Amino acid sequence: MRCLYIFNRNGMCLHYHVWLRSLMTLSPQQDQKLMFGMLFSLNSFTAKIDPVSSGKENNPPCSFYSFRTNTYKLHFMETASGIKIILLTDPRIGDLREALMHIYSNIYVEYVVKNPLYSPGQPFRCELFNMALDHYVKTLQ
Amino acid sequence: MVRQLLTDFEDVEEVNKQLDTMGYNIGIRLIDDFLSKANVTRCSEFRETADVIAKIGFKMFLGVTATVSNWNADFTECSLVLDDNPLVDFVELPETCQGLYYCNVLCGVIRGALEMVSMRTEVKWARDMLRGDDAYELRLKLIEHVAEEYPYKDDD
Repeated sequence: MRCLYIFNRNGMCLHYHVWLRSLMTLSPQQDQKLMFGMLFSLNSFTAKIDPVSSGKENNPPCSFYSFRTNTYKLHFMETASGIKIILLTDPRIGDLREALMHIYSNIYVEYVVKNPLYSPGQPFRCELFNMALDHYVKTLQ
Repeated sequence: MVRQLLTDFEDVEEVNKQLDTMGYNIGIRLIDDFLSKANVTRCSEFRETADVIAKIGFKMFLGVTATVSNWNADFTECSLVLDDNPLVDFVELPETCQGLYYCNVLCGVIRGALEMVSMRTEVKWARDMLRGDDAYELRLKLIEHVAEEYPYKDDD
């Protein structure tokens, strides 16, 4: 497990968590902006070239969920409310869609959304969230 | 809570607005809670959205279901009728507060939650048993779908 990003629908990076990242070529703001921009375009691209969807509004939109290079694998999940969760991991890891859903429902919603001190749309730093996340990630490895 | 607001603001219209704002703040957080528990996919049409709110949303958070009815011609407006409203158990409106929408917080909640899934709506009470009508009816109107925009300007 290398690192985690959480973005909201406005491109604001709500959280960035790193476990193991030896190389960072850009400043954090540029890195996050690049990440969001790339994912926004990739999502839009995958929906447009979908060869299976009939094009009518009745089908759920097509979304990509991971890509892999020789050094890492990127896992992506977007909710209807625009919250995007991105995990960068070792390239040998399998499908993490359920894990991403778990991080959203049981960690983000429980410790951040339900936290009365949190204002939606702002970056957050929450110890309980970090602890729960670390704990869950250890169970995955 | 409503009584406290009435003491603080005194004007019934102001309290209605405050309840709506409070509901909005709840709604924008509630949507994530709902999405994580309800396991529903993105709704393709407003009709589906109304059904999901009435059957799953209300059930999850209020313990009651509502019925969807009175659609307008192009399916952008409908009514949600509640047979039972747990928010008003043991509540009676005195004569000084006849303009009050006691459950206005619900309007704000629905509006806030839908805004987070790209729908701008207007939600109002059409019938309110506390004011003498025979049922609780919310009028839900879709104003527009807000498309997802790329938030950064391409200036770098």
